[in-house]
Order: sequence, then structure tokens, then C-alpha cells
Amino acid sequence: MSLFNLFGRPSFNHGIHPPSNKTVTGKTPIRRLPFPGMLVIPLNQHIGKPAIPIVRKGDEVVRGQPVAKADGFVSVPIHAPATGRIKGIELMPTALGKNAPSILLEVYEGATQEVLWGEEQTIGDMSDEALRQAIQDSGMVGLGGAAFPSHVKLTIPEDKSVDTLVVNGCECEPYLSCDHRMMLEHPRALMRGIRYAMRATGTQQAVIGIEDNKMDAVETLRANLPRDGSISVEAVETKYPQGSEKMLIKSLLGREVPAGGIPSEIGVVVNNVGTLAALGQLLPKGEGLIERVITVAGPGVKQPGNYLVPLGTPIGFVLDQVGYEGSQTEFILGGPMMGPAVSALDTPVTKGTSGLLVLNEPDIESETLRIWPCIRCARCVDACPMHLNPSHLGQLAAKRKYETMAEEFHLNDCFECGSCSYVCPSNIPLVQYFRIAKAINREQAA
Amino acid sequence: MKKSKSQIELRTTPHTHAAGDVVKIMRNVVYALLPIAGFAIWQFGLSALALLITVTLSCLLTERFFNWMGSGYNSLGDWSATITGILLALTLPPAFPLWMGAVAGIAAIALGKALFGGLGMNVLNPALVGRAFVQAAFPVAITTWTPAFFDGRFSQFAPSTLALPFLRPPSVDHWIELLQVDAFSGATPLALYKFEGIQTDTVELLTGMTTGSAGETSALLILVCGLYLAFRRMLDWRIPLTVMGGVALTSALLSLFDPERAPDTVFMLFSGGLMLGAWFMASDMVGSPVTPLGILIYGLLIGSLTVVIRVYGGLTEGVMYAILLGNAATPLIEQITQPRVFGQRASK
Repeated sequence: MSLFNLFGRPSFNHGIHPPSNKTVTGKTPIRRLPFPGMLVIPLNQHIGKPAIPIVRKGDEVVRGQPVAKADGFVSVPIHAPATGRIKGIELMPTALGKNAPSILLEVYEGATQEVLWGEEQTIGDMSDEALRQAIQDSGMVGLGGAAFPSHVKLTIPEDKSVDTLVVNGCECEPYLSCDHRMMLEHPRALMRGIRYAMRATGTQQAVIGIEDNKMDAVETLRANLPRDGSISVEAVETKYPQGSEKMLIKSLLGREVPAGGIPSEIGVVVNNVGTLAALGQLLPKGEGLIERVITVAGPGVKQPGNYLVPLGTPIGFVLDQVGYEGSQTEFILGGPMMGPAVSALDTPVTKGTSGLLVLNEPDIESETLRIWPCIRCARCVDACPMHLNPSHLGQLAAKRKYETMAEEFHLNDCFECGSCSYVCPSNIPLVQYFRIAKAINREQAA
Repeated sequence: MKKSKSQIELRTTPHTHAAGDVVKIMRNVVYALLPIAGFAIWQFGLSALALLITVTLSCLLTERFFNWMGSGYNSLGDWSATITGILLALTLPPAFPLWMGAVAGIAAIALGKALFGGLGMNVLNPALVGRAFVQAAFPVAITTWTPAFFDGRFSQFAPSTLALPFLRPPSVDHWIELLQVDAFSGATPLALYKFEGIQTDTVELLTGMTTGSAGETSALLILVCGLYLAFRRMLDWRIPLTVMGGVALTSALLSLFDPERAPDTVFMLFSGGLMLGAWFMASDMVGSPVTPLGILIYGLLIGSLTVVIRVYGGLTEGVMYAILLGNAATPLIEQITQPRVFGQRASK
């Protein structure tokens, strides 16, 4: 930890302070949305191999019933979010722009919200291995946006050992507040989920890191801590991208994940609060992940808030429910810093969707900006949380020296947080340059 | 699913952007320079005003000419040529012949900026390139100083101001005698110090009750204007600070090893063009390093070079060459001071 941390909240070096825009949604309790007429359930909602469908066109399924099974270890099953009939398996648009095979589920009118599948199980009686299997069976993935299968993350390789579970409650992206609400409304489920994760990984201590703009969540969780002192809550500085794994570990523990490495190399495993709270809710009941909380916000949304949405709900349906306006709009899945914009309103909400933002004219106009030459103001250098030199990388990209970027200037350490583009007074789309450079390098290597 | 009722935008991340752009930064630098220009006009009268206008216009026209030669895009709107013009005028003697000022402006933009490819591409500070050019071309005119605050400065030009192009400007000595200014030696504080060993009072240096280039006299005013920019985060405070640190450090070192010629630190800091150079020229973003350690080295280098040139060089003032050398060294400095990337050879 740097010297400055002695005088403030724990934090990492560099980073930016975009307006948080959470005041409205942070105070809005989670509300359930009704079922849409049709659910679009992509088979590749997680990182890894897509799930294999186990239903056919015409089958009837009940809410909570598995409709696809995991294909190997790095994969998870998918459960039916509503009672209804399978209409088919077709290519449908996804958040990443590529169409993907998806199960179409026609929801019965008046279908019940009750989950009709799953058996209660006592976690305490399970072996660690059975616990990890139960986590895979629940279809759980990282709900913060990465959608990496949770049981894989919680399986520590033989040759490594971890001592600390870091629980990520930063939610550093502007607008998003679903994790904030989960911490406030389901603290006990979160504590349960943390215990499961500690058992699965064999860690003795857990630290929950929360940005200090959510002190109510800090207090709520502190009031619900177990007495044995194994779990603690730490407020960290509100700064983007505090919620990035590497930054949060640095802030809380002062350890640096080696370049190109993963946290378990320095004895840490990180999970998102939303993920662990959902695990705490689902595992005892033996249920699968069929719905999630998303923040619907942005200047274009009429009723911003946090909504519990069945997975597979098309964003167009969500938008009809909350209302939106603007003759020129941009729809973003996730936060404004890293979330992709989508063009198709039948793109579904999936396991990794943390938010749905609608930006309209004022923002869009102010963003349609002229690109000026780099004036070497060094703002990007002071913003990059990875301590890269985005200014120089950008100039190399303009000269198409993509290999030099990777070999000499650590291009591959960039995780595309967008801090450099955010601060650039010349409006240079640095992150986009870096994405292109990485893609071309990958192609060259292949 | 019903179609969206509106036009859907698709853009890459991030979808939000910090307020302010290059134009806003440049415009604010112009705002910050205006009080300094105003003080120069109040102090030196019509000649300074005419010089400011001429040099700035010359810069703008040259910039426009290269626009026309090149892309056709009008880059006057980014205010950078205006900054170069005002800064350049502020570094010239107030009674500098106007036609020579125009030459300085042309040299600044043509040789200092357009030749390298325009905004953001120049290696050296354009205003200082212009000044260096006229320093070499017109060595007498650029060291001809006129008194400050003389009566009638708002009703008459110094005779040298209106000199005809390509002719030797008339001497101002007789004109200064006629003005009956008390005790005007025709020397700047630095020249007085260097050649006669007279150290000008610090209060006079701070408030600008001395002579010198049009805009360099009041250290205090420049400090305030620079701080305005620093507080608005449009100027990297580390650069002026390290430049001043370099001056202080070198003066202190010299007083250890060479007490005979050692200058007074406070005098070094507040005399000549150091304040203007540190706050408005060394800090020019384009010519300075972007790496934290690089900024430190760059600042210290400029500061120490300034003192060394002032004390040991043939010139009375060293800020201009110190900054130009700092600019030239920037690519090298940056190359050797790339920051340690997060997670590379973890230091702890």
C-alpha cells in the first residue's frame, strides 16, 4: 500500500472519478418484473463451453427445471426461468453482437413465480467436492459481468493455495446499484454464500471490499458478520476501476497480481457480492440460477431502478415496462465504462448482465466529438490503473506498430477499463485502438 | 418484439467522457495569459500593445497559411496559435520593432510547429523557437530595453517600435533621455546582477517594478495566473514546481562549491523569464514528458540549466535555451523513464 493510504481509505494508485449517477437507483428497492411472453435463453451465457440443450421443441418445462446441461468442467447448466413450452432452438442476437443458439421458451399465461424444481439440501453435510458440484449444478457464474463459472473459480488447483477470499462489493461502474441493493436487502444470504465459497476454496478469512459511497451497505453487513471474526468488511475509496479484481486486491491486501497471472497465484480468490448472495439463496434450496437483479437507469429511463428479471427477458420488454424516451438512444448492457452497446431490442438479459442503461440526445451529442491530435497532456498516464503509457500506445497504434505495443509497452496488461479514453481531452478512442491492436496481434499469432 | 421508436446509436466503450477538451484547455491558457498581457500593456504602454497584436496576428496568419497549404482544415479554432503568439510577444522587449515581431511570429509557427506537423507534433516550444530565431537574427534589438511606467506611454510609441522593415531600428537612447526617467540604466535585473553585481530588491521583482521583456516582469502575477490553470487542472503543477526546485537546488549547490559567484536563490527564482518560462512554457504539454519520473528529471534539468547559463554563460538570461534543451531531451527522458507496469516484477 502506498504512503497516501495512511491518510485515507485503502485504494490503488491512479484511476478516475466519473460522476457516479447512483443517487436514484441506490435508494430504490429491488422490484420484480413480470414474465415476458417469450424468453430467449442463449446457451453461451457463461465463459467456457456452451451448455448442451436437454429439451426439444414442444417440451413443457416448469420454472426451475434444467433445460441444458454443462458441457464439461468449464461450463454450467441452464434452468428454465418460467413455466412454459419450448418453441425451438434458434440463432438469436446476443450482447456481444454475434448471434448464438438460444432456447426459445414461450411462457404460459399466468405462469407462477413459484420455483417448482429443486430439493432442499444441507450444505454442512456435504464434502467440499460435493459442494463444488452443487455450485456447478446451480448454474452459477460471476454475476458482476464476467460470467465466469463460479465452481471453476472456487476450485483451487492442487499446486496452489489461497488464504483470503476477497468479496467484491465495489460496484465502481457509474449508474449500477444492483450489488448495492443485494447487500442491503440480502445480507444474510450473502454471509451464507461467503461461507460456502470459503469452504469450497479452503480459505480461513474473507474480506468484503465496498466503495465508501455505500456506507449504508458497510454498516448493514458489519451488523450481520459472524462472531468468529473470519469475515470482515472494509470500506475502500470510491474510485473507478476499484471493482476490478487486481485493483481491489491491491487496495485491500497490498498484493499485486503478476502480469498475465490470476489472483490465486498470490493466494487470493475474488468473488462478487451479487454472485455469493445468489449462491446463499439458491444452494440450500437446491435451485438453479433463473433470475437476476439488473439496474435499469440512464437519462432516457422513465422509471429507473433495480429489477429482478427472469434470465432471457428481451431488453425491449424490460424497456417497455420501465418506459424510455429519446429520438436518438443508445442501449448499454452493463455500465457506461465497459458495457457493450446493443442494437437489437430482442437481445436478452443473461447471467452476466448487470445493468441496462439508456442514454439519449444530450449525452450522445456531447459524445459525438471531434478527435484532436494527442497533445501529450499525460492525463491518461495518470489515469491508467495498470500504470501503462496509453499516450504512447495510442501513438504506436496510429502507426500500426501493434507488435511493439505488445512486446515493449505491455499492451496485453490493458483490461480495457476505459479510464484513458474517459480523461482524454483530445477524445482519442484509445481503448478502441487497443482492442483493434490486440485482435490483430491475436490474428497474427494464430 | 416491437421496433424501437428511435434511432439506435452504437458506439464503443466508454460511453461517458470527462468534461472538457483540447479547445477548452487552450482557451483557458489564453485567459490565464490575458492578465499578464494586460500588465505588460499597463507597464510599457502602446508599444507593448502593438507588439502583442502584431506578433499574435503574425502567428495566426502563418498558421492559416499552413492550413491552406496543407489539409485545408482551419486550426485557428483550437487557440494554440493564439497562445504561441501571446507567449512569444511576452518574451520580447517591449519596444521590439514590430516588423521583427512579425518575423518572430512567422518563425515560431513555421519552424516551430508547422514543420513538425502541427498541433501535438512539435518537439520544441514554438514560441521559444520564434524567440531563438530573432535572438540570432536581431541581437541588438532583442537586448534593447526601455523603461517601465514612463509618462506618456499611452500616447506615444518607442521610436524603435515603428522601425521600417529591413532597416536598422533607430536608437532609443536619445528618446529615453528625453523621457527624463530617473535612474534608468537600460539593464534588466539579471544584467545588473551579472555585469554590475547589483541585486534588485525582491519586492520589485515580485510586483514587476523593473524592466525586462514585456511579460516577464511581475513574478507574482505570473504565479497567480499559473496557479489558476493548475487548480483548473489544465497545467501540470509538477513541471513549474520541479523547474523552480531545480533552480533552488542548483543555486544552493553552487553556493557550496563556488560561493564567489553563487547567486541568491530567491533572486534567481523571481528574476528574468524564469516564472513565465516555468509556468507557461516548460509546462507546455506537447514538449514535456508524460511519465512521472520523466517530469521530475525534465523540470530539474531546465531549472539547473537556467542557473548554469545565467551564472557561467555569456548571456544574462538562460531560461529560453534551458527549456529548448529540455524539450529536445524529452523523447530520450521519456524512453528511459517508462513507468513500472502493475504486476511487473512486483516490488513488494
